[in-house]
Amino acid sequence: MTRAWVNPLRDERDKRLPRIAGPCGLVIFGVTGDLSRKKLMPAIYDLANRGLLPPGFSLVGFARREWEDQDFGQVVYEAVKQHARTPFREQVWDRLAEGFRFVQGTFDDDAAFDKLAETVAELDELRGTSGNHAFYLSIPPGAFPVVTQQLARSGLAKPQRADQWRRVVIEKPFGHDLASARQLNKIVNDVFPEDSVFRIDHYLGKETVQNLLALRFANQLFEPIWNANYVDHVQITMAEDIGLGGRAGYYDGIGAARDVIQNHLLQLLALTAMEEPVSFRPKALRTEKSKVLEATKAVGPFGETTARGQYLGGWQGGQKVPGLLEEEGFDKNSTTETYAAITLEVNTRRWAGVPFYLRTGKRLGRRVTEIAVVFKRAPHLPFDDTATEELGQNALVVRVQPDEGVTMRFGSKVPGNAMEVRDVSMDFSYGHSFTESSPEAYERLLLDVLLGEPSLFPVNQEVELSWEILEPVLKYWKTTGKPEGYPSGTWGPESADKMLSRTGRHWRRP
Amino acid sequence: MIIDLPSTTTSQVNSKLVHLREQGGATTLGRVLTLVIVTDDGAKTEDAIDAANDASREHPCRVIVVARGARKAAARLDAQIRVGGDAGASEVLVLRLYGALADAGASCVIPLLLPDAPVVAWWPFEAPARPADDPIGRLAQRRITDSAAERNPIKALEVRQKHYAEGDTDLAWTRLTLWRAVLAASLDLPPYEKVTDATVTGEADSPSTDLLAGWLAARLNVPVRRVKAANGQGIVSVALQRKSGPVELLRPDGKVGTLTQPGQPARRVALQRREVRDCLSEELRRLDPDEPYEETLKGLAKVVRGRTPVKTPTKAPPVADDAPVVTAADAQATLSAKESSSAGSKNGDGKPSAAKKPRAAGSTRTPARAGKGKS
Repeated sequence: MTRAWVNPLRDERDKRLPRIAGPCGLVIFGVTGDLSRKKLMPAIYDLANRGLLPPGFSLVGFARREWEDQDFGQVVYEAVKQHARTPFREQVWDRLAEGFRFVQGTFDDDAAFDKLAETVAELDELRGTSGNHAFYLSIPPGAFPVVTQQLARSGLAKPQRADQWRRVVIEKPFGHDLASARQLNKIVNDVFPEDSVFRIDHYLGKETVQNLLALRFANQLFEPIWNANYVDHVQITMAEDIGLGGRAGYYDGIGAARDVIQNHLLQLLALTAMEEPVSFRPKALRTEKSKVLEATKAVGPFGETTARGQYLGGWQGGQKVPGLLEEEGFDKNSTTETYAAITLEVNTRRWAGVPFYLRTGKRLGRRVTEIAVVFKRAPHLPFDDTATEELGQNALVVRVQPDEGVTMRFGSKVPGNAMEVRDVSMDFSYGHSFTESSPEAYERLLLDVLLGEPSLFPVNQEVELSWEILEPVLKYWKTTGKPEGYPSGTWGPESADKMLSRTGRHWRRP
Repeated sequence: MIIDLPSTTTSQVNSKLVHLREQGGATTLGRVLTLVIVTDDGAKTEDAIDAANDASREHPCRVIVVARGARKAAARLDAQIRVGGDAGASEVLVLRLYGALADAGASCVIPLLLPDAPVVAWWPFEAPARPADDPIGRLAQRRITDSAAERNPIKALEVRQKHYAEGDTDLAWTRLTLWRAVLAASLDLPPYEKVTDATVTGEADSPSTDLLAGWLAARLNVPVRRVKAANGQGIVSVALQRKSGPVELLRPDGKVGTLTQPGQPARRVALQRREVRDCLSEELRRLDPDEPYEETLKGLAKVVRGRTPVKTPTKAPPVADDAPVVTAADAQATLSAKESSSAGSKNGDGKPSAAKKPRAAGSTRTPARAGKGKS
């Protein structure tokens, strides 16, 4: 938009008016995959249903299957029926379905990409997508070079006029170490400039994660105690109860730290520990995130401050489950970890001396993601020892999923004659009544891509900084051989408990 | 769970609520606002409560329904508490007031308001002339009326305009949001030209049409004509004149709009009429004064009114790429066929499945698409 033009119908006080994306289309590579069917397609329908997609929005699927446009439409229909969050409306669907196209081909097939270019041009003409297109690469990173090159060759990667845009959306993993991350960034940046690359970390699209910013920076209550004077340590947990059956191809050799800590957990750490951004403009937010990641370092000696484990067979949730080594497709001698815990320090005045413990694992007690800020004990307790025996440390827990919300733990007097203090919880719960209407992470993120709003997407630099933090630990683990086993359905290996108990702390049971 | 408390007092209602909380756990915690619905006791009251229950899923609230019964009866308060499955994510207190009490509803509402939380008053049908001066309206930060649901919608809108106070809002205005969003988005794009004049066509008694005209007049500062439509429902069309040609949004059937702009293909957009529950959810999202609404009411005075009804074509302008690839009906038919006989209609082999609608125009539409099946 030129600077001189001010849309007379827009008014910043008019908060009802949603920002609808301008005319545009989305091309999904790997459209037959699980992610596409379970998350992307429903998210697109939900956006359309909320009136946030432009009239004439088009969705192009690209895959090897020999489908016609109709077959593709049918697949989207079934995905939407099954997974969409909002109720099905025939009118909305029929408008959306007009814009469905399918291009059949493989990634090395020049003709298929020429056909794609033709389809996209035709959409511009027939449906008025105006040359604005986003390419969602829901494909293994190994295929990135060939697809981006094909996009460049067929002229799809570059907008034809200055007022048009082309964007590319990529998913994790962003490499498997620093060197490969750099290489991947280079491959993508060769074709798409950094400001048109959108890296999806779906955690950042979740309401609770955005609420963390509101909680910290919109309130007077928390920020004064959000520092080393009051905080004892921070625990960031992402636990899953599922195993890795069927995911050997992706997971073997990658492991929990690369899969989860490098992206999701370090992003959550950055949002928890960063300073207040000067504004909520994307650049200001990224500056603060990069700053805090730059100040973050893994604490050694790694033999004592980290833990890695591999789940063993056993009973979980009433079912007999196999251990990792018995899962189909895994090497019987695999040293891939399914549990990883590390200790980090943030070397700033605010956080000096406060350890950040990050842990993640498969086949743990239950599925939960949370950030727990654990406070120091009161410096003096004017009670008898017996009165505060049961009093733990105060904690503020941001529950990211499931049952999104915030819990506060503090001591309260037990009713009765004696003075006795025990921990109680105070709960704020999104899940209680908000979830039904809070948008899915992918809805928010896809809309942001179409609007060109990059705040919730990690940039190149953040990805590389995260690898720099993790790399020393990965190197150490390479020398230690096999990870320690832990029975399925428990909260990880013994070394993880020891890692905290050395400093007199313990993991929260989430 | 529905608990009836006939011939009761508000303190009894309050103590019953506390009792329920102790019994059933935290059912009544975490409310963000109190919604007071003011209506006459009647069959339509339940519709309003249903809409409020739906809205409460986004905004957990306590709903207090003030249902005014017969003025001639002896003064009495009958209360009903609904929690759990009968109240969505809210708790509903229905207060039926009879006799002299019917006109003193505020006295029954005050003890039941949630501490600290904002209060929203909603008159789903007939509303007082000055909502802000109404005893219940005075308790509320936000007062929602619905001109379209009143006996004389246009008259009602005139009254709103005359007595606007900060915090007032009207569902006829909320129903416009989709239209306004599409129109605003169409001006976001080139060519960046000034709109020279505008015409809004709609049913004679559609207050939303008036408000849309008022909004355009207020924002654009150009002559805006409000024309009566001889056919169609609600708002029928909007045309913004610019040097290069008009931007037109046409909705002849009350469901699907067609957006036409010079130099661009016609585009269809779903513009179904919004239900009360959607509008109420949107209203509860913001509790501060709605300045754009105020300006729109002022803009109404500038609107030029056409006398003669204008007939709009019932057929929308042709859209280049016409039939949907898979309409919802087609897709459902295919899905059902698939489910009933798992074999036979399997996709993925490139052969069209049995239940699919033949695409008459498919092969002749464009050269690019004609060759499709063979690739």
